[in-house]
Amino acid sequence: MNSLTTPILELRHVSRQFGTQHVLRDISLAVHPGETLVIIGESGCGKSVTMKLLMALLKPTSGEVLWNGNPVQQLNEREISTRRLKYGYLFQGAALFDSMNVFENVAFGLRQNTNLKEDQILDIVVQRLHEVGLSEDVCGKKPAELSGGMKKRVGLARALALDPRVMFFDEPTTGLDPIMSDVINELIFRTGQRDVTNVVVTHDMRTVERIADKVIMFFPLARLDDHQEQIIFRGTKDELFACEETQVSQFVRGEAGARIEELHAA
Amino acid sequence: MPMSAPVQSRESFVHQIGRAVTSVVQLIGDIGLFSICLFSKLFRGLPSARVFVPLCFQIGVRSVSVIMITGGFIGMVMAVQSYNQFRLMHMENRMGAMITLSIVTELGPVLAATMLSGRIGSAIAAELGTMKVTEQLEALRALGANPVQYLVVPRLLACLLMIPLLTAVADATGILSGWLFSTEALGINSFHYWHHVNQFITAWDLLSGLTKSIFFGAIIAIIACHRGFNSEGGAEGVGRAATEAFVYSFVTILVLDFFLGVFSNNLYYLIWPNPLVSG
Repeated sequence: MNSLTTPILELRHVSRQFGTQHVLRDISLAVHPGETLVIIGESGCGKSVTMKLLMALLKPTSGEVLWNGNPVQQLNEREISTRRLKYGYLFQGAALFDSMNVFENVAFGLRQNTNLKEDQILDIVVQRLHEVGLSEDVCGKKPAELSGGMKKRVGLARALALDPRVMFFDEPTTGLDPIMSDVINELIFRTGQRDVTNVVVTHDMRTVERIADKVIMFFPLARLDDHQEQIIFRGTKDELFACEETQVSQFVRGEAGARIEELHAA
Repeated sequence: MPMSAPVQSRESFVHQIGRAVTSVVQLIGDIGLFSICLFSKLFRGLPSARVFVPLCFQIGVRSVSVIMITGGFIGMVMAVQSYNQFRLMHMENRMGAMITLSIVTELGPVLAATMLSGRIGSAIAAELGTMKVTEQLEALRALGANPVQYLVVPRLLACLLMIPLLTAVADATGILSGWLFSTEALGINSFHYWHHVNQFITAWDLLSGLTKSIFFGAIIAIIACHRGFNSEGGAEGVGRAATEAFVYSFVTILVLDFFLGVFSNNLYYLIWPNPLVSG
């Protein structure tokens, strides 16, 4: 939370393009230990790409990604892989392994990276499932047999299995009903209480209200002029909800504004 | 202006050819780099039995029936097609040698590999493609596993182990069905049939066919995994990856079969310069 400490994660002047399509331009941001950073913005503005860059699942086209002040580009693949174990990632669609049941999914990271015995792994898996509100009865189920909310919770249990210091949540409440969204928000909030640093990408203002310490808002590059910054808001959640800047306030209130006029013109 | 139109059209055509050639070269290079990455991971430890055994079951045991049907009909078709020609020369008793030689050196390995590239290659590409588009490959990396090490190495090893065994099954079924049809339906003497098989078929013929199948197994696994890893764009992309896995594997198997055939013949004459030794 203290901006004087070394950021646990940092992007410095990062740009990223896919083929000829520019998604991020000159992005700089820092995440400090223990805080919950929420990234908001329209679909396609590069939020998920930013998370994958922070996690080193993607490489930037230009600029630097730093973990605890050290450039990731200077690490080899094996070092990245080892250090990445301190980070957990809840994917948008949970990304559970279809061929494995719930137990095998949650146990995967433990089996892959530790020398724990099977009974110890079982204990940890059951504990993590309890933490996300699931009983051990789901252990034998395949992902196809789970509801969207259960998949997200199993995904969260899998991400938490290795006791990460940083958790990434990619649109954790998308596609869920309001009750289940609230459950997921509560779980993210509790994760933050465990001295875990959270980075959350979302469109859901209730998520922002419930969990955010700091908020960043991205704007799609295609709708910006060359000289405009892609991050159009940085601040606390109170500052976000009080912000009167048109693009920010319209997003927060869910108003299309000029977009409706564009539709009529088309 | 009227003069510029044909020039524009010719340039465009040349561009298209250039683009096609570039993309083929790029694809070959990309598969080459993927193979280097794969072989560098191959020696970093064997896959766990928990992963490897189900793959062998999936690739090997589940393919036995289709391979037996393929091999069985190859043998019978060979007998039907060659009978009249051999009969005209009064050499029908020697059909067994021709049928068996064709099966063990060419038809068994190539048709089994073709069938398996359709069955296994497409399935692998579709499975890995689905994992790619649903972010499961990134989830593997996030959990400290290398997707090539965890997914591709076991599939390559399973194909290397299972496809030669399946080819041996196809060979055996083809030889037996060819013998059964020749003796029971075409009236060829069983003693003469096997006598000529024994006289003309050498261990070299059998082994050269099985050796080919090891290469075909590697091709099927590498191309299928490569297409799966590079699939994009949801269900349509996964479907495209499965189709490409089959088509690219099939073409590569045919090209490789030719070069392996040439290499095998040259090696044979290098070791046994007198061709009569083989007869």
